Amino acid sequence: MPKNVDIKKVLVIGSGPIVIGQAAEFDYAGVQACRALKEENIEVVLVNSNPATIMTDEEIADRVYIEPITVDALEQIIAKERPDGLIASLGGQTGLNMAMRLHKEGILVKYGVKLLGTSIEAIQKAEDRELFKQLMLEIGEPIPESTTVSNFDDAQDFANKVGFPLIIRPAFTLGGSGGGIATNPKEFANIVHTGLLRSPINQILIEKSIAGYKEIEYEVMRDANDTCIIICNMENVDPIGIHTGDSIVVAPTQTLTNKECQMLRTSAIKIIRALKIEGGCNVQFALDPNSNQYFVIEVNPRVSRSSALASKATGYPIARITTKIATGYHLHELKNAITHKTVAAFEPAIDYVVTKIPKWPFDKFESGDRLLGTKMKATGEIMAIGRTFESSFKKALNSLEDKNIGLFRRRFSEYSTDEIGALLHVQDDRRIFRVAEAINRGVDLEEISEITKIDKWFINKIARLVNFEQKLKQEELTPDLYMEAKELGFLDAEIAVFARKRLVDVEKIREENNVSAVFKMVDTCAGEFEARTPYYYSAYGEYNEAIPNPADKSVVILGSGPIRIGQGIEFDYCSVHCAWSVKKHGYKSIMVNSNPETLSTDFDIADKLFFEPMNIETIMNVINNEKPEGVVVQFGGQTAINLAPQLAQRGVRIIGTSLEAINTAEDRKLFEKLLRDLNIPQPKGKAVRTEEEMLAAAEELGFPLLVRPSYVIGGRGMQVVYDTDELTAYFRSALKFSDEHPVLIDQYIEGKEVEIDAIADGVDVVIPGITEHIERAGVHSGDSMAIYPTQKVKPEVIDKLVEYTEKIAKALQVKGLMNIQFVLKDDVAYVIEVNPRASRTVPIMSKVTGIKMVDIAMNVAFGQSLKAQGLKTGLADKTSLVCVKVPVFSFQKLNRIDPALAPEMKSTGEVLGIDTVFEKALIKGFLAAGYKFPSHRGDVLLSLNDHFKEQSLDIAEILYDLGFRIVATTGTHKFLKAHGIQSKEIENFDLRKIQEDMKLRRLSFVINTPTTKGHGARIGSENRGFLIRTIAEMFSTPCFTSVDTARAYLKALLYYLENHGLTYNEISEYKKFPVKI
Amino acid sequence: MIAHLLLSNGMEFDGVSVGAEGTAYGEICFNTSMAGYQEILTDPSYSEQIIVMTYPEIGNYGINRNDFENEKVFAKGMVMKNYCYNYSHYLAEQTLSDYLKCNNVVGISGVDTRRMTTIIRESGTMSCLITTENVTDEMRKKLQNWQMDKDVAKNASKNKILKYPGDGVRFVVIDLGLKNSILKNLTNANCDVILLPWSATEKDILSYEPDAVLFSNGPGNPEDAVETIETIKGLIGKVPLFGICLGYQILALAMGAKTYKLKYGHRGGNHPVVNLQTNAVILTSQNHGYAVDEKTLNDNVILTYKNLNDGTLEGFSCPDLKIEAVQFHPEASPGPMDAAGIFKRWIEQAEGYKLCQKM
Repeated sequence: MPKNVDIKKVLVIGSGPIVIGQAAEFDYAGVQACRALKEENIEVVLVNSNPATIMTDEEIADRVYIEPITVDALEQIIAKERPDGLIASLGGQTGLNMAMRLHKEGILVKYGVKLLGTSIEAIQKAEDRELFKQLMLEIGEPIPESTTVSNFDDAQDFANKVGFPLIIRPAFTLGGSGGGIATNPKEFANIVHTGLLRSPINQILIEKSIAGYKEIEYEVMRDANDTCIIICNMENVDPIGIHTGDSIVVAPTQTLTNKECQMLRTSAIKIIRALKIEGGCNVQFALDPNSNQYFVIEVNPRVSRSSALASKATGYPIARITTKIATGYHLHELKNAITHKTVAAFEPAIDYVVTKIPKWPFDKFESGDRLLGTKMKATGEIMAIGRTFESSFKKALNSLEDKNIGLFRRRFSEYSTDEIGALLHVQDDRRIFRVAEAINRGVDLEEISEITKIDKWFINKIARLVNFEQKLKQEELTPDLYMEAKELGFLDAEIAVFARKRLVDVEKIREENNVSAVFKMVDTCAGEFEARTPYYYSAYGEYNEAIPNPADKSVVILGSGPIRIGQGIEFDYCSVHCAWSVKKHGYKSIMVNSNPETLSTDFDIADKLFFEPMNIETIMNVINNEKPEGVVVQFGGQTAINLAPQLAQRGVRIIGTSLEAINTAEDRKLFEKLLRDLNIPQPKGKAVRTEEEMLAAAEELGFPLLVRPSYVIGGRGMQVVYDTDELTAYFRSALKFSDEHPVLIDQYIEGKEVEIDAIADGVDVVIPGITEHIERAGVHSGDSMAIYPTQKVKPEVIDKLVEYTEKIAKALQVKGLMNIQFVLKDDVAYVIEVNPRASRTVPIMSKVTGIKMVDIAMNVAFGQSLKAQGLKTGLADKTSLVCVKVPVFSFQKLNRIDPALAPEMKSTGEVLGIDTVFEKALIKGFLAAGYKFPSHRGDVLLSLNDHFKEQSLDIAEILYDLGFRIVATTGTHKFLKAHGIQSKEIENFDLRKIQEDMKLRRLSFVINTPTTKGHGARIGSENRGFLIRTIAEMFSTPCFTSVDTARAYLKALLYYLENHGLTYNEISEYKKFPVKI
Repeated sequence: MIAHLLLSNGMEFDGVSVGAEGTAYGEICFNTSMAGYQEILTDPSYSEQIIVMTYPEIGNYGINRNDFENEKVFAKGMVMKNYCYNYSHYLAEQTLSDYLKCNNVVGISGVDTRRMTTIIRESGTMSCLITTENVTDEMRKKLQNWQMDKDVAKNASKNKILKYPGDGVRFVVIDLGLKNSILKNLTNANCDVILLPWSATEKDILSYEPDAVLFSNGPGNPEDAVETIETIKGLIGKVPLFGICLGYQILALAMGAKTYKLKYGHRGGNHPVVNLQTNAVILTSQNHGYAVDEKTLNDNVILTYKNLNDGTLEGFSCPDLKIEAVQFHPEASPGPMDAAGIFKRWIEQAEGYKLCQKM
């Protein structure tokens, strides 16, 4: 029984949409929390706007609200649900900030909601820089010289006093957004200005930079009994100065003596005792590499990304125990979930090395600023476990799912040694590879360490790997050398490259010498106690601990690797549901994944968890050990799908849709033929190899056209062009034609995009619903706002969509999930894409329709037809529920990236607005995504390209009618004037004026449609547009780059101003209402 | 150079020699500390033992002059997964490998230490050997017959009288294989410390007019410390008596309790211990293969600490007789310093006793 028996109902606030700095780790934490509460028979009320999460499943919480995380929404929900308590420390910074606001506005007191776990006072002391500083001074813990200021002059005074370099951190922002290191007055002025602006309380901390110190983290837990334990300490390979979310991190610390470890441990415990934290907490330290001087950098009084990593690194379920502590338990009263023999009041001992490497979006945003600093830029991360640092680090590199494997990057071999040496100074995502190249060139290791401030221990270890590459190049690949390579973590494919052999020849050595990977258990206690955790990682040359029970039948599920743009938490949702479904069918579910943030890698989701790189060799290791019935690839995004052909080649059974079907859908030629044969319309297209061919194709197909290189995926480099000039510009901007890599040109049908998610069994199809995009085709579906059910599609067109879906499903013999994207023009439905696998929208569709898509797909895979499952085939009936998905972007974290919507996906997350009235769902969607509806009518900046001017007249009229003042760039101003709409011209593109207006909030929002003037080459008006969009991002001024989004926003605004009022309900509530006809 | 590791159950492991050449026999045990190999090697409690480090990366920060627990290495050997040939630390003066060689201690790396740990966990502690030579039948035979020297604690003692003058209370510390950190905890608090060998008699001890007597940690079976147990019997009730680890065990024996051998002992820096009076939980550093059987303690003894992992007794006190002792190591080294307050408490008790004596 929990100590606190008065707590019968608890409110859990989620972290909202996935953005940089706040990703899947809070779904993992939230689900653990909900489960921990339910175990205590506590009713759980969950609020989260993120529909792609598992926590928002109706099985996880008792009462699920997919509603905006706003004070208004939460107050209503609290008033209705009257929870006894609220846990603030599990929903990331969003959840914490919301709890603080609910407290400040007196809502918690008003409704008698008790804050469970860490108290408001503790949160305030940890989060408010000045209070924290005071506390540290009181308890005698060292902090770098610093000041908290709310205006520029005070900042300037401090800078004059202390001198550069200085670190600027805005208070209460996610992942340090808006902060940075200033080494001169100019940088200082810039960062201070944005920092002040970004901080919700207009406050920044400026501190003396201690860049170059070791960055050490301690994950600490405390209970009300004052028991304090360290779950794990971690060492950042990158020194202080690079955000820990952007640093390579190892656990435990490697270069610290016992005394140093204990010195920091004692300090961490002293701090959480002084703060009176109850639950999990993260303390960051800077440690001088040349003395025992240390500084306390930061305390996060909540579950964090680091705690998710620490949980996965040790097996200790931090979020779960934090929740139990919040309900009144003491650590020594709780069982260690892994050993079941010992208690939760202990410190994990680990007997392996964990490496985390961030996953950055720069492969997608090639123009993006790759420099790393105090502002986090990674979208996700991978973790690897190895028996040695070498193997752990190698595995981590191979988990990045980069084009390359290992440490070697060809592009750096082109630089001279001097250039490589100079480039070591550049702190970006590729530095570790330059370090390897520098070692390879014989640059002095001491010098490398001196420049990069990466401890020589790590440099030496990397040198061991680089030197081994040379050994592979020079020596005969004997069985002994091969074995040494395997123990160091080299993949066969890598060994083949260095030893200049074919992969099959390397695999032959493996076979002939009977080399196979073994698996070791993660057990929190370094083998001291017997444990039965089904959590494993691979090793070579050791004893195998993962012996499957021969009586068990199992299925391997491939996860989706790190969170990245285009492949997010939705696939983790699918993987987790797949594991549950596999269990239901009496099979052992075996999860393979490399992402420490997600729920799928929680050791109690699948029957067995293998923390491994998503690489064919490592997955085959698992398969060879487990001998499963087959492998499920359809839920792990492109990561898993890409592995399917190699698995099939090796004789592994793919469960569900066949490989041929996947191939047909992905191969342009086969797919074209399929649609032709089925007599289904599709945009016409050509593959061209020269400029002449291209122009001829343009002539034949007619403008507008959609152009893209053939060798990229996920819409990269894709663009809409409206005339020959634009086409030529696109062609000339760095695109290389070749026989191997032609450029693809398709008709661009500027129509309405609709999307269907379906489950097929080879005979029948179940379509839970059809979504309609708000933005016209040409915007990546992941970045479009989408409405379910469709609002403006005629019934006869819907019939066609269903018919086409059934035809395609049957022709491809899809057995499982599929997603089809259509574009509608003049009531003709053209198929633009078919994906015979889980899509981004599966979680949303499952939730809003109640049709459990993953489970049904797995039932099909296990041989139960849709009819046998008792499902109504065809399009499912609608309920009164209407929802709008709104994408959420993280541009504030990434410099030099154009926020304009394009065929290339840019969003990191999404929210869902749900209601029974479309407009209300729309409003909720916008609110949840962080948009505001201004109560006062400010200025609206209009800057439109020629193509959209005509179409935007109605928008200008509405704005005018609403009382907004239109300011417009010259061309737009002239156009509006010619159509009798008043606007104020911004002369000579006065950027400074625009910036000033945004900063002072005189501009309510911006509508700016980009023009296409070549890929990457920004000239003239387009460059101005780019600048407007970037500045708008910087100052958080809403900026609509599609007239469709702008129109939707105005529609929501109009309705909002009519004051209909919003109510917030459980998702089941919306579905319950009768369908209005 | 290749090194071999043989267990008395017949299992054999090969690895690379990273220490001295030759052959060493000892009792195998594992330690789960993730840092602190230098303190562990020089802790006299590890006499006659060969230590398996469960943490795989060993040697990372080399050897420095601040972290010794004694002047020499007491362990007979060390077993590692991945010895780090290149250390990195500003205080380091020597590699671990060189240090082992200088002290003529064998070391083996490249061994599946996790496998070794589970074997010890399942079969209990056993004897083992590490050799850099070819394994001979003679060696196997010797291994089967190998027994820990009964005088192990006597040999671990400095067997010298050493004085560490201070202005504070006078502690006589009986050296049964003392760790330097225990001494430092007393001298840093300005205690007047007199270190006496294991063989010190009641008369010897009392001749220094101590305000408290502390029986140190040390190796071996507590029952073998016959003479010291007798000494304690004479001292009981006359002066405050404190004990750490072996000192705790022999205090219990002197009070008529029994000790027993644990299957594989407690060795590491993450052992949770609950204070039975306050319910406070602390994490402690431990290194012991024997435990006190709490059922055999007299009624006037208060149980003070228990291990949360296996429920074994971790401390007792007897206020009537001014006795207090703990099984774990409040001096840590290596390990968490949560229990450091115990020294403060003992010093205060000694001060109280001193005050009473004066009055």
